[in-house]
Amino acid sequence: MLPSSVAAEPVSPALEVRGVSKAFPGVQALRDVDFTLLPGEVHALVGENGAGKSTFVKILTGALTKDAGVMRVFGRPYEPRSPWDALRAGIGAIYQEFNLVPHLTVAENLFLGREPRRVGGLVNWRRLNAMAKEVLSRLGLPLSPKAYVADLSVAGQQMVEIAKALSVGARILLMDEPSAALTEHDLEALFEQVRRLRSQGVSIIYISHRLAEVFNIADRATVLRDGEVVGTRSVAGLEEMELVRMMVGREVEAGLPPAATPSVEPLLQVERVSSGRRVRNCTLQVRAGEMVGLGGLVGSGRTELARAIFGAAPRTGKVLVAGRPLPPGSPRAAIRAGVGFLPEDRKLQGLLLRMLVRENVTLANIRAVARQGFISASRERAAVRPFIADLQIRPPETDRAVMYLSGGNQQKVVLAKWLFTRSRVLLLDEPTRGIDVGAKAEVHLLMRRLADQGAALLVISSELPELLKVSDRILVMREGNIVGELARQEATEEKVMALATGAVAP
Amino acid sequence: MAAHEQSGSSTAAWLSALPNFFFRYGIVAGFVLLCLYFGAFTEEHRFVTRDNFINVANQIAINMILASGMTFVIITAGIDLSVGAVLALCGVVGSMAMVALGRAEVSAGLTSALGIAAGIGLGMLCGLMSGTLVAVPRLPAFIATLGMMMMARGMAFVVCGGRPVAPLPEAFTAIGQSPHRLVPIPVYIMAAVVLLAHLVLRHHTFGRYVYAVGGNEEAARLSGLPVRRITIAVYALSGALSGLAGMILASKLGSGDPKSGMMYELDAIAAVVLGGTSLMGGRGTVLGTLVGALIIGVLNNGLSLMKVDQYWQSVLKGLVIIGAVLLDRLKKE
Repeated sequence: MLPSSVAAEPVSPALEVRGVSKAFPGVQALRDVDFTLLPGEVHALVGENGAGKSTFVKILTGALTKDAGVMRVFGRPYEPRSPWDALRAGIGAIYQEFNLVPHLTVAENLFLGREPRRVGGLVNWRRLNAMAKEVLSRLGLPLSPKAYVADLSVAGQQMVEIAKALSVGARILLMDEPSAALTEHDLEALFEQVRRLRSQGVSIIYISHRLAEVFNIADRATVLRDGEVVGTRSVAGLEEMELVRMMVGREVEAGLPPAATPSVEPLLQVERVSSGRRVRNCTLQVRAGEMVGLGGLVGSGRTELARAIFGAAPRTGKVLVAGRPLPPGSPRAAIRAGVGFLPEDRKLQGLLLRMLVRENVTLANIRAVARQGFISASRERAAVRPFIADLQIRPPETDRAVMYLSGGNQQKVVLAKWLFTRSRVLLLDEPTRGIDVGAKAEVHLLMRRLADQGAALLVISSELPELLKVSDRILVMREGNIVGELARQEATEEKVMALATGAVAP
Repeated sequence: MAAHEQSGSSTAAWLSALPNFFFRYGIVAGFVLLCLYFGAFTEEHRFVTRDNFINVANQIAINMILASGMTFVIITAGIDLSVGAVLALCGVVGSMAMVALGRAEVSAGLTSALGIAAGIGLGMLCGLMSGTLVAVPRLPAFIATLGMMMMARGMAFVVCGGRPVAPLPEAFTAIGQSPHRLVPIPVYIMAAVVLLAHLVLRHHTFGRYVYAVGGNEEAARLSGLPVRRITIAVYALSGALSGLAGMILASKLGSGDPKSGMMYELDAIAAVVLGGTSLMGGRGTVLGTLVGALIIGVLNNGLSLMKVDQYWQSVLKGLVIIGAVLLDRLKKE
């Protein structure tokens, strides 16, 4: 924690937080948090899932009220009662889930609620588009104000969010896991934006799991653990392991134990599969005991390929599981054949938020806990508990509604669901998205264990270090085709990226 | 609340605890209050007699049977506007079957059984049609069941030439009219339906699947659930129960009347919504619907006992429904 009087510091902070606490029924989310943001700095906020980062952000932006503590923005007392108050004070937030209206244009989204009007209340479209163009060019964004937000890439949408916040006059930007949905390529563009904003005097709170980014972009970093501030450090001269240690409170091992020799027979055979416009003539094999990584940029078709194999999307071509052909377009048939698919978007495709943890975990394999079709709650609880323990789902309760869990724990629940099906072939799309450093390593170990037990895993990941760590082989996709294969020993981030961007001929 | 409890008499503490009680038990609390009110203010407290309670149960039986099926449908984020019309159609067709069987000198018992089976079967068929339209070409449930409602109502008149179908065997009418029984048979049928529906929804795989489809259809599909089959099944269930209700009503009336069941779907939907089921799907219970149906039934009964004008009853009912759901919404905040 920083001392409240920082020696001969003449610069007054952009944001000052002292002694903030917040409790929810059953859990103290934040305890006595002190935080200082200097003008024109990029200040990273790091911590495991459930450490309190999201709660902190919500208190800063007025979405939640704190129980105790004081806040000051540019020296003035700050007591937001709604996100409007935050905006008026100059604080803008960019969340993981964008607050954009997909069916409206960029310009309409930028000025939603504040459209320039003509006499009689009609919207002045010409002025709207002109104002939007001006904001976008000021930020150096190559977006058309008339483009529909739904047509933009995730990266583009994020840029619109940033532009929106700045156009309202935000001098403090809160970015909550901005890189979660981006790939390396878009990330550089994001960093450029951040650096540009910093040079313009905007202060940025950058929340991220990805320590590499923190070291890349941040000036200082504050670590939260279990609702308390562990410490604030300058990034220059800081060691990655020390940051991890502060986050986790324990040492985290890097590598993965070596793989057992995979069998010769392929468990999953994909032959010349095409699906829609995004997947073209893909062929691959995964043997029992193997973990095959699938790399590529966003939009290269990785998710679409996995969905096509699983039957979530229609396809042409052949898919064989243990030598037996799998009928296309039926997740039900796939599951029965022993194939599981962990979707990229857990909220939309993976979870029933209102239902309990145990109900979600057993959903794809209810037969295991139902006798004559009737489900016994006690049997279900007993069956699910070992999975909760294995994945360290917090809180470790079978009967908590999933919507009350943090994002990372929700992700673990979806993972548990597929583990519960005891699938022989697992297609995992960003399996550790939203999961903190400590739990990530555990999930990787779990995946390895599954493979050693004879499962075939296909792992999609946009985090190159993760991809390199878990894969026995890496397949790289670009624009719907598989353009290259790298064995574990020869794979490097550069090689994967080169194949993914087409810098190198396949 | 603790601060309140410190001060004043026990009455003050009790009064200040009321809002919290309401908030936690919402609908049930409302129901209890209604009963207390009518108990106090009906002439000679006629509301609180055993016969009156049985009366209420008998009056809500048909609605509750419809509402049980409607609960399943609404949990899948759908709706079934056709239940009243299908009820009438099945009542008519079942009656016509019984009349024909009677003429063929089939025994009264067998005639009744076959007639009831025909009614339920036809209801299920109608439901299968609605459900298929919702599940396959993905017609909005509102439209599919609206169309079914119009067709069924029309068919009911077409099939019987617009005139009620009679006479029906005594073995059959005895079910609905239950002349020598304290508790009429429809009440037992309702209890059985409610019990079964509750068990299935709460403890059976099918019930779990219904919640899943309503809660997040895409996640359900990706978890391997047969979403189309489940959707069709809930409408078939609603249709079958409408057929059952139609036969019970025909039994009570002593004839199959194409004009019966008008607007019954609205009371069924009201019962489901009052019971806490969300029209957005994914949430709701049969027992909640039962409380909803009881509230409607008690309101009807109590206000009639107090000789309130029939049209004012309707106004009050509307207010109660809005108020109850509002209160429930506030509770969730």
